[in-house]
This record gives sequence, C-alpha cells and structure tokens, in this order.
Amino acid sequence: MSFQVQSQDFIARSKDALADAPLQSALGKLRTGLSVRRREAVAALPEFDALREEAAALRDYTLATLDQQLETFEAQVRARGGEVHWAPDAASARAIILELCQRYGAKKVLKGKSMVTEELELNEHLEAHGLRCVETDLGEYIVQLRRERPSHIVAPAIHLRKEDVAESFAAHHVGREHADRSTAEALMAEAREELRAHFLSAEVGITGANFAIAETGSTVIVTNEGNGDLTQSLPKVHIAVTGIEKVVPTLEDASTLLRVLARSATGQEASVYTTFSTGPRRPEDPDGPEAYHVVLVDNGRSAMLGTEFEAMLRCIRCGACLNHCPVYGQVGGHAYGSVYPGPMGAVLTPQLAGLDESVHLPTASTFCGACEAVCPVKIPLPSLLRRWRQRAHEARLDGDRARWLLRLWAFFAARPRLYHPLLSAATTVLGRLAGPGGTFRRLLGGKAWTESRNFPAPEGGSFLASLQGEEFAPTPRKAPSR
Amino acid sequence: MRVALLVSCLVDGLRPSIGAAALALLREAGCTVRVPRQQTCCGQPAWNSGDRPTAQALAQKVLEDFADVEAVVVPSGSCAGMVRQLPEVLGPEHPRFADAEALASRCFEITDFLVNQCDFTPAPLGAGQTLTYHDSCAGLRELGVKSAPRMLLERAGYTLAEMTQAETCCGFGGTFCVKYPAVSVAMADEKLASARATGAPLVTGGDLGCLIHLAGREERAGAGLAFRHVLELLVPTPAPALGEGRP
Ligand code: SF4
Repeated sequence: MSFQVQSQDFIARSKDALADAPLQSALGKLRTGLSVRRREAVAALPEFDALREEAAALRDYTLATLDQQLETFEAQVRARGGEVHWAPDAASARAIILELCQRYGAKKVLKGKSMVTEELELNEHLEAHGLRCVETDLGEYIVQLRRERPSHIVAPAIHLRKEDVAESFAAHHVGREHADRSTAEALMAEAREELRAHFLSAEVGITGANFAIAETGSTVIVTNEGNGDLTQSLPKVHIAVTGIEKVVPTLEDASTLLRVLARSATGQEASVYTTFSTGPRRPEDPDGPEAYHVVLVDNGRSAMLGTEFEAMLRCIRCGACLNHCPVYGQVGGHAYGSVYPGPMGAVLTPQLAGLDESVHLPTASTFCGACEAVCPVKIPLPSLLRRWRQRAHEARLDGDRARWLLRLWAFFAARPRLYHPLLSAATTVLGRLAGPGGTFRRLLGGKAWTESRNFPAPEGGSFLASLQGEEFAPTPRKAPSR
Repeated sequence: MRVALLVSCLVDGLRPSIGAAALALLREAGCTVRVPRQQTCCGQPAWNSGDRPTAQALAQKVLEDFADVEAVVVPSGSCAGMVRQLPEVLGPEHPRFADAEALASRCFEITDFLVNQCDFTPAPLGAGQTLTYHDSCAGLRELGVKSAPRMLLERAGYTLAEMTQAETCCGFGGTFCVKYPAVSVAMADEKLASARATGAPLVTGGDLGCLIHLAGREERAGAGLAFRHVLELLVPTPAPALGEGRP
C-alpha cells in the first residue's frame, strides 16, 4: 500500500495524547476558537443551510459527471498553455512531480499547504532525490522543522502551543539568539524572514488546489497568509497537485463552495487570499510562472465512485468535522496515525490504506453526529463509518471477544422466555449485592468499564418481569394551572 | 390515543423506575398504553458494531412486537433513533421494509411525544430545585429533541441551569465506552466539569446510558453530582438518584 498509516496503534496513541499536558492545552484552541467562530459565522448567514444543500448537490452533480468535468478541465488548461498529468496512484504522482522538478533543473522547491502532497509523502520522495523542499505555510513550516506530520487538515500545527513553536525556532534558526519569541506575531514575523530568502531562490513552487475549475482550466487556493500566492507566482514553474475529485464545473460553482468553505473552516466570510492560477504567464502579465502543470491524483478516489462511499468524495477539506469531533478534540490528529484524521479521515483512511490497517478509526466514534451536523457538503459521516464497521465485521476484523459477546446477547434477546427471567435474576442479585443506591467499583468481566468508572448498581429486578398485565387504561389527572 | 411503550433494555434491566415513570406519565397524559411483554432489545449494539445480520434479526422482532400500534413511545433518544433507522437496517429489498418505514414514522422519543402530541403538563414536583440537562446525541441530532424535555421540567416547576457544553457528547457511545475507555472518560470529565460549573446539584437527561456512564465517573472521582433520568423527575420516584451511592 502506498499510503502509510500507524492507525493500528490508535489505543496506545490516544492514551499518550490524553496524558500529554501541552497537547491538551493546545487542543483547547479547537473548543474555544474554530468551532465558536464557525457558529457565529453561520448564525450571521440565515441562508447557510440552503447553501449547504446547494453545495452538496453541486458536488454530487460534479461527481456524477466527473469524467466530463476532468476532460474539460484538461482541455482548458492545455488551451492556456499549461500541462495536465494524470497520476493513478501515489507512486506515479511522485514520479511525475520528481521528473518535472528535474526537467526544470530544480534544486529547491517551495511548497504551499497541500494535504494531497502529504498523502503522497512527496517531501520525503523529493528530498531522497536531492531536492530541498521548503514548506511556506506557517503551520506546515513549523511541523516540517519539527519533523512531524500535520495534525489537522486546515491547521497543521494546532497540536502545538506558542512555546513549542518558540522552542523549535530557537533550535533551528541560526543567528537569531536574541529574537523575541513571546508573541504569535513575533513568531510569524520570524518565520517570514526565514522564508524570504527561499522565495527568491526556488525554481519550482508546488501547491495544492482547493478547487480546479473546468470551464476556465484554473486551480484555486485559499489561504490566510499569502505565502501560498508567492509559492505559485515567484518560482518559474508552478505545479498544482490535486485530487481528481476537486474539480468543479464553473467559476460560479467554485464561488458557492468558497462561501461554505471559509465559514466552515475558520468562521470567516471569505479567506484572506483566494488566488486563481490559470496557465503560465502571458506576455502582458506582470508576474506568474513560466510553466504551469497540474497533477491530477487518483490514488483510490475513482474506486469510491458508484460505491456506498461515494458521498465522501464531496469533501472540500474544510476541517469542520475535526473541529467539532469530541474524540478528535480529546486526542488530536496524531493519535489517528493517518494524514487524514478525525471523522473525514476515519472514512477516507480505510479506503486509502486498507481497512485491516485502520480498523480502529471507524470504530473510535460515538456516532454523536456533530460532524454530520456541521459538514458543509452534508456528508453522512456516521453512516459511512458504520458501513466500514459492517465491512470490518464481515472480514472478522472486529475482534473475537466483541463478536462473541454480541452473539450471546443477540441469542438471548431473540428468546424472550429465556431473556426476561435471566435478566431479572441477574439484576436482582446485583441490586441485592450493592444495596439501595449502591455502586460497584469492580465487576467480574467489566474491567473496561470499571477501571475508570464505578458501575451504579441496578435497582433490582426488571421492569417487564415485574409488570402486571399488558394493557393499561388512561388515568388522566386534572391539569393543574400552569 | 393508543400507544405502545418500548422500554429499552437498559431501562428494563438497570432502572425499572424509569419504565414505571414512562408508563405512569403516558397514562396521565390520556393514553391507553400497551407494553408488549415479549420485547427485549432493539438491536442497536449489533447495528452500531457492524453486525447487520444480527441487527436485522432483532429488527424483525421489533416489528412483530410492535405491530399494529398507533405510536411507539421510547424513554430513550438513542433507542428511538434506532427505530427510526430500522428501514436502513433492513434495506429496501427486504420484504418487511414497508413495515419498518411505517413503524419508524410512528416512533417518538417520550418527552417529544408528551409535549408535542399530548401537550402534557406534569405534576408540580420541582419547586425550588435547580438542575442541568444533558442533551444526548441521538435525541438531539437524530431526532431534534431539544426543547421538549426542558418544557416538561419547567412546567413541573424545576429551574434549569444550562451547561455551556450541553450538546457535547458525554463519551458513552454504546460499545465505544468499553472499547476506548480512556477517551470515553476524558469526554465524561469535560462534560462533568461543564455540569459542575452550573452549580446545579443534579444532572438529568433522556438517555440512561449517558447517565450511568457519567454517574459512574462522577462517583469514581468522589465528586458530588447526582443523576436522574428526566422521567424520574416528573413522577414521585422513591429510588435514590444515580451517583448518590456509597463510594
Ligand atoms: S467531511 Fe465535511 S466537514 Fe469534514 S472536512 Fe470534508 S467537507 Fe469539511
């Protein structure tokens, strides 16, 4: 499998994350920051729900006509002097991009923020072939310095506190012994200065694309820092790398999606920079790259078309489902062991890496539904997670003990004549053992519950076993005055 | 109105008081109530664990136990949500798909039913008592139950002190709570901190699963919140509250 994950270790990783005090303090930002801002932005736009409806329908239409949209896109890019490359899998995408870098004699590559290139592990590949990759998005720059992976698809360094960033800068930036690193602004300024030299010396800029517009052959990126812009306009070559599902038919469609994207991601009405790239620089253009390439990456995506997981391809990577997921909020992105964490990652990762590598991800959800409630393209995430659980069950990946207990339960539940007397006897015994209002600190076979919780004792007996009769007449009480 | 009570297996086995309260309240609200004696479990644990064949077998049992009723009323948002999903459990090709759809459309969470179908006002038991309400996820997001339990509590004279995190999942999640206990209790701790911040001594909610999980965690922490299902507060309930237990 070309998509490497460490999701098998979810339990150990999640425990480490819960015990990691700096991480826990950093994760506080999600609850007080991004999700609050989204709520305010949505409250300020009464038609937001209608817009989500429209966005979902638009994504569905695009997926239904994906071949045609992609062909139009390719033709439009060509007509404007750019090149389109098709990468069926990660290995071919890496090879294409490396070949392009070599074709242009690149030694240094600027990177804009892009989850697809994370999925491809592109930096490692290019660096193994002697190229220097410099991440220009502040968050990506920080995680690159620390040799970590992004922990969030929109906010890569959300797992870090300001102090952690200051420490990394102190360790890596030479000749800045006296830099003030006490505020986020100072850190940002320092990163900008460090990056400046790279901007002018890189031959190739690689960005992702939030959308690829078929009718104009443009790729669009939205950022809040502006470094993404420089990444695609300063070097003489711009390579935009994107998943095949990111295409949209028209400019107007892109603007509909941009409206829900910014609000969902960060609670902004629009991101600070929305930049369109259309072909290489024309003679009359003041700036822009001399060559423009788009790499369209499949890597398991087209295999989702027409399956029960197709709706996942609507995803516009806004990150709202991560920001609102209570599990993500406790353990952070790295616990998932996948480039794509949180609810969207728990649906995508089994597709990209295989279910046997990632069976915890769809299981580690309470199905609370907060993700589906905020998703701007209305992906039924819990129901997709449940489908992965069904596949895990069919493939016997869900553990013998769990299967056995479930079977046993179902055996009794299907046989009321056994079930009711047994339930009543068991709860009577437990109730007597504990006494009224009693509680258990330990239960035989119940360690997973009682290691960190008491088990409040059953009252004793069961409701149905104690009931006399089956039909009960009304007993209306005169309504008291309100 | 003639209704049937789907007790839910947790209420049936762990806290019969809630079943008794549900029956009493529905009768008070003017309903003729049938309580099918053969009912057991709606199959949700199997459905959420990906065991669809088992879920389908139990779904058919639910359809038989609750055939020919005007409405099915459930003292749990989670189990009511499961009944709403029975058509999906069976799938459109299943011979009983139409029955499942009919049952799903007649299924109500009990507080929603009491307020919106019966315009019920409970006895004034709550004067002078302050409590905080935990929205269970299935009730809130699958069924849209938000104001009904609060209206019943207020009509009964209770004062509500809302948590900032009322709508955040408590970490119970059915089998989730034993598959990922560390994450589950971390979520509980956040919920409990939010509940304590209200100053109310009692937490209530519409799903027993959440309440047992929260009460068990609160007891282990040695802290003082008590927990009752919302129905226990609307009729006189002699059983001690959850979490009032001896450590
Ligand atoms: S699944 Fe929905 S909420 Fe999550 S990142 Fe994708 S579009 Fe955003």
